[in-house]
Amino acid sequence: MSVTTRTTARSVEKYRVTRSRRNVAWTGLGALVVVVVLALFPYIVYSGTTTIMVQAFIILTLASMWNLLAGYAGLVSVGQQAFLGLGAYFVLILAMHGTSPFAALPVAAIGCGVAAVPLWWLVSRLRSGYFAIATWVLATTVMLVIEKFPSLGSGTGAPLPGLAAISPTLLEADTYWIGLAVSVLALGAMYLLLRGRLGLVLTAIRDDEVAARSSGARVGLARMLVFVVAGIGCGAAGGVYIISQLAVQPSAAFNVQWTAEMAFAVIIGGLGTIEGPILGTIVYMVLQQTLASYNVWYLIILGVVAMAVAIFARRGLWGLVDEYLHLRLFPVGYWLWEPGSGGRRGLLRRRGGRPG
Amino acid sequence: MSSAQDGAPATSSQSGDTARAQDGAPVEGPLTKDTARPQDGTPLLEVRGLTVHHGQLRALDQVSLRVFPGEVYAIIGANGAGKSTLLRTIAGLHRATEGSVLFDGRDMTGVRPERRATQGIVMVPEGRRLFGSLTLEENLKVGATYAREGQWTIERVYELFGWMKDRRRQLTAQLSGGEQQSVAIGRALVANPRVLLLDELSLGLAPVVVQRIYAMLPQILATGLTVLLVEQDVSQALRVASHIQCLLEGRTTLEGRPADVTPEQVEAAYFGLASAPAGAAEGEALWIGSMMSSRGS
Amino acid sequence: MDWVNDVIQGILTGGLYALFACGLSLMFGVMKVVNLAHGDLAVVGGYVALGVIAITHVPVLWSFLIVVPIMAVLGYGLQRTLIQAALDRSVLTTLLVTFGLSVVIENALLQFVNADSHSLGVNNSIITASFSLGSQIQIAWLLLLILVVAVVLLLGLQYFLSASKYGRLIRAVADDKEAAQLSGVDYRHVFGIAAAIAVGSVGLAGIAQGMYSQFAPTTGTDTILLFAFAAVVIGGLGSLWGTLVGGVVLGVAQEIGSQINASDGFLAGYIVFLAVLILRPQGLVARGAQA
Repeated sequence: MSVTTRTTARSVEKYRVTRSRRNVAWTGLGALVVVVVLALFPYIVYSGTTTIMVQAFIILTLASMWNLLAGYAGLVSVGQQAFLGLGAYFVLILAMHGTSPFAALPVAAIGCGVAAVPLWWLVSRLRSGYFAIATWVLATTVMLVIEKFPSLGSGTGAPLPGLAAISPTLLEADTYWIGLAVSVLALGAMYLLLRGRLGLVLTAIRDDEVAARSSGARVGLARMLVFVVAGIGCGAAGGVYIISQLAVQPSAAFNVQWTAEMAFAVIIGGLGTIEGPILGTIVYMVLQQTLASYNVWYLIILGVVAMAVAIFARRGLWGLVDEYLHLRLFPVGYWLWEPGSGGRRGLLRRRGGRPG
Repeated sequence: MSSAQDGAPATSSQSGDTARAQDGAPVEGPLTKDTARPQDGTPLLEVRGLTVHHGQLRALDQVSLRVFPGEVYAIIGANGAGKSTLLRTIAGLHRATEGSVLFDGRDMTGVRPERRATQGIVMVPEGRRLFGSLTLEENLKVGATYAREGQWTIERVYELFGWMKDRRRQLTAQLSGGEQQSVAIGRALVANPRVLLLDELSLGLAPVVVQRIYAMLPQILATGLTVLLVEQDVSQALRVASHIQCLLEGRTTLEGRPADVTPEQVEAAYFGLASAPAGAAEGEALWIGSMMSSRGS
Repeated sequence: MDWVNDVIQGILTGGLYALFACGLSLMFGVMKVVNLAHGDLAVVGGYVALGVIAITHVPVLWSFLIVVPIMAVLGYGLQRTLIQAALDRSVLTTLLVTFGLSVVIENALLQFVNADSHSLGVNNSIITASFSLGSQIQIAWLLLLILVVAVVLLLGLQYFLSASKYGRLIRAVADDKEAAQLSGVDYRHVFGIAAAIAVGSVGLAGIAQGMYSQFAPTTGTDTILLFAFAAVVIGGLGSLWGTLVGGVVLGVAQEIGSQINASDGFLAGYIVFLAVLILRPQGLVARGAQA
């Protein structure tokens, strides 16, 4: 005898699709408040603190960019220090020709974006491990090329001209503000990019590249866009770096340790989430400051924690928060609400923002 | 129409091939389609209420089956019905969401695939999956590395497939589809399994080749093996099986002996029709039969 | 005839690079893992050798007898714990984890040893000397020894892989680990064996580096990893002999580069690496085209 198959009855009630869970307005307001408060820091805190904050801004910018690359585009780059160094050196070159470093920074960042295009062409066909190593080789090669220019100080580096006339306090404040501006822009750019069409395309690629391609998604273009944006972001961070250091050295600017710092911050904070880089930078700075007197311990601990997080808590600290509190400060996905349910457990299926 | 309901052996116009040992005596572990299944006694392999998911897709929904020693148990169904998932879960490559797999009465949940293989559940996977950079003989040697005690040796496999010995140093990537399928079966045999799982033997092979391979089945069964196979070619399955089960969208829609089911019932179960046409006319039965045998080649 | 000497010097250093590359190639070929900590593991091998020599006073040239098994055990342990756990998650995770491992190893060495360079002094004066071929070609005995060791290692590996039971299992698991499971093979254990061989050989490479030159905590990522990877890519993935070819090409490129301009040796090597990566990613020797 045969068994008939059951057909599922379709629901007649309406499903709702929303962009977020009601809390975005509060987040936007909160973010604005935070930025305003941060902007007032030079007036209210000690100079030591602003210096630390500048470092945090650099890491935050780098982390946002690395998150875009690895968490969303699936590109694990171990060579972003190439752009940081290039950004620093572009600012140096422009400053050497009379431009104010602060004005030079945006130009340098764009310059890095331009440089990213041929560099992308070099590595775009490579996959994962090969891609990682190639970016590392590229960064080393860029460093070696820069070291060949005596006008740029060769291997020993060069001081940054053009800032001597500014008073130290004002310089500190200006450095702080540009650091704040760069990191806010970086985060903002990341959020807006991912919220829009690019975010959808990247998630599709992450889930199933072949299917994405056959649906018309321009996979190569999307990845290149991410790479270029990351180049711009890291270049801007490099500009902040040289302004804050007032000098640059190739071995420091192009050091792979930058990748270690941005990668660990992102992994611990939450790879593939927008809130992750923020959380990760906080963790990183806290660890670095508390363990500063213990030399390189903070890197060892960071490394161990990052490895553990990568294996056991794929989406990092923020992923844990998200899982238990269903909280998204920067929503980029969609929520599907089952009919007849309005509460928190009403979600049927959540898409977007999940790392592969 | 499960066979548990009627205890008497069904009369059948077909005379099954009774397995015989080398000296001509009938071998225990019947493979005939005539014999009834034991009323009591533990099935060699049992699946209870198995539910398996692929991500959010439910591939199997509360599937159960029992395979007794010496049987040729065939699972049929359309593409995507969950047949291969079932076999892979039994082999240990998938974890079930619900339900259990029992081998010789022992629960296999959580047992890794390689352990299941060394305990006697060996699968010939869909698509052959030979080791492409290894020679024919090396493929067999890998299969024999952690083999159980038993009759099957590499030499015995060479005897079964007469052509193999001469080509044993060839890379398997250079063999034809049918030859690769034979090597894959040989690789499983040298492990001396108790249950041999065959996943879609006929896939990508010419019907003539498929028939030749299935013709080996009696010799394989004669050594005391039990076979659980998945087959898209329904008529082929009906020809070799002593018991069949049909899956549709992850659920069992039919189960019984080939002799006890009509082609209409199989068709209805295969496609999920609301009800089987009552009593097909001879002409119709033939038509359905030929439609089914052309599928899957 | 200067260029002949360059080529010969390049071939000799190629032996050292092939030693570097061997383990990396094996791990990628079998487990599809790009071990970013590979160079650092070589440096660990060097430090282990230092410690072993300090404790047992065994001659440097024989230290490998103790160091290589230690490194092999380390390799097995790392694979079965860290790397397998990462492999089970995704390719991305293995990159992240091996990168993290690299940073941890380097900084742990910096913390617990120091930042200085060390080398394994070789006392035997014959080894440190060189002999001449003709009037312009100098061949250092040590480099020749390292080249011979590299060739012997590659020969041994090739024999192991083609003729032994575990070699066969390694090849099978590299082809299709799921199918191997169905034949009763625990592929995690086989991966562990492959990793043991890889890390054991990289320990040998560390000793060679220590004898020929010197190492510091950051040498792993400064030079060794990139050279190893360059040798693997140039020679071609999936080919053990390719790593020798790749090492030689890299060595020759560096030598010619430094003849053009004293400080451009490394740069020349990297340019050749990039060129091969872009133009012929499957390498010069390899049969497949996977990248």
